[in-house]
Amino acid sequence: MRKVAVIGAGLTKFVRRAKETAKELCWAASKAALDSAGLTLKDIDCVVHGTAPDAFDGVHMKAEYLSDGSGAWKKPYFRNYVGGGTGVYAPIHGWYHVASGMFDTCLVVCEEKMSSCQPHPQGAFLTIFDHTTERPLGPNLLWIFALEMNRYMAKHGLTLEEIAQVSVKNKRNAKDHPSAQLGADLTVDDVLKSEVLAWPVHRLMVSPTSDGAGAVILASEQVAKRLTDKPVWIEGVGWCLDSAYWTNRDLYYPKYVEYAARMAYQMAGIKDPRREIHVAEPYDPFAYKELHHLEGLLLADKGQAPKLMSEGFFDRENGQIPSCPSGGLLGVGNPIAAAGLMKICELFWQLRGEAGKRQVKNNPRKGVAQAWGDLMQVGTVVVMGR
Amino acid sequence: MSDDFRGTPLDAEDFEKGKVLFTRDEPKAEYAWDTGVAIGRYLQELKNGRLIARNCVKCRRVMIPPRMHCEWCWRPTDDWVYVQDRGLVNTFSLCYITWDMQRLKTPEIPAVIEIEGASPGHGIMHKLGGVDPKKVKVGMKVKAVWKPAEERVGSILDILHWAPT
Repeated sequence: MRKVAVIGAGLTKFVRRAKETAKELCWAASKAALDSAGLTLKDIDCVVHGTAPDAFDGVHMKAEYLSDGSGAWKKPYFRNYVGGGTGVYAPIHGWYHVASGMFDTCLVVCEEKMSSCQPHPQGAFLTIFDHTTERPLGPNLLWIFALEMNRYMAKHGLTLEEIAQVSVKNKRNAKDHPSAQLGADLTVDDVLKSEVLAWPVHRLMVSPTSDGAGAVILASEQVAKRLTDKPVWIEGVGWCLDSAYWTNRDLYYPKYVEYAARMAYQMAGIKDPRREIHVAEPYDPFAYKELHHLEGLLLADKGQAPKLMSEGFFDRENGQIPSCPSGGLLGVGNPIAAAGLMKICELFWQLRGEAGKRQVKNNPRKGVAQAWGDLMQVGTVVVMGR
Repeated sequence: MSDDFRGTPLDAEDFEKGKVLFTRDEPKAEYAWDTGVAIGRYLQELKNGRLIARNCVKCRRVMIPPRMHCEWCWRPTDDWVYVQDRGLVNTFSLCYITWDMQRLKTPEIPAVIEIEGASPGHGIMHKLGGVDPKKVKVGMKVKAVWKPAEERVGSILDILHWAPT
């Protein structure tokens, strides 16, 4: 396999409702990524697109519809979708397009426009439940997060305060992100006083619905070295899917995330992730998920991520492994596929030392990004390094 | 880092006051799903007031909801096994909102219930009822509260809810 580098990245703002159409958002992110790499569309050999359910946009086969915005005209084009895991899955697909030797450059675009779906994009999520054994019960998407969070808390005897600190950290970090929708200075108390939506989930523990897009440019080693002095290599990729029979497995621990992480670490030659990973962007659509995923990524022992976080281990300023320095989905926003790719963009900027006010202070050489999705089912992991 | 972060936020007011144009449509999407073999029997037994599972002799696993293939060893499952209409609360939530963010005064209590007679940790999603929401605990013993036999139709809703024993 050939070495593959990220050589450019771009994002739109993440907003509750954007005037721009999905296509226009794709164009804006793609153009920003191309500009940052000093390339034009002519230099791009193929396009990989990540975007979540067609039902959000109400456009069947929406990746084909979006392709014109994503620069795919008369190019090899590939769409992928694993729910929330998509944003880290798409660069994996881009990676093997280039690693295989088939292409020298690849534009990876991820987009979501959730605001079109009325009255609330949750409506488009409901059909994830089994139509015969679950949907007659009238579930909503918060149920599965609340059930998983409660299981995680019950298993380890965790407190709501320990979960709430994730929201405080990420929304604070997001204040320094130019794309951010929900950067804020909050206290644990503010989070716990926010409305209980589905106990134990409080409103300020939930990421918002968002519109936005992101893009990265991937290049083979030869091309990357010609174009930039600061390539950021994709050193490991991993992905894994657990059973859709989610009531038959213990939700307290995301084993499938661990498997995906082990796959990526092995490929990257990482034996002790807690020493060798310097910055992490775990998936945080809900506050507990970041802790859950830090454990799945083997950056904390099972049930220990909350304690480490309260000790500052994952802080952006002085933490040993800054986690979600971007501000994550809780702070920057959650346009599903674009939110995952935002994490790849963040590692790119952090590893190049270009993250501005968000720059972590530990001179990072390796980072890990992870996303999660489907029916609490999929883990997607990318290790990047310089 | 690029300093080109585009995107124009709109407010609810922009729509209410007609400051922006938009189009509305409701796609027509109705379905009638076949039960399949395993879930067909599961529903039939629900109508009879019983829970049924499938056994995989290779994985030594009793699975509910039942399925005709074991996803672990990927063989056909072997036998039908009746399991109890009792179990333990594996996890639960007190949900105060509907899918479209309408508020509920009395919470719904979705739960995963580990079924007695199925393999450890093997449960189904259902709702709890007949219980003070404040008193629900992980590990609590519960029992199915069935609809009267003449009202059962072969649906997961033939169980009204699960109540503490």
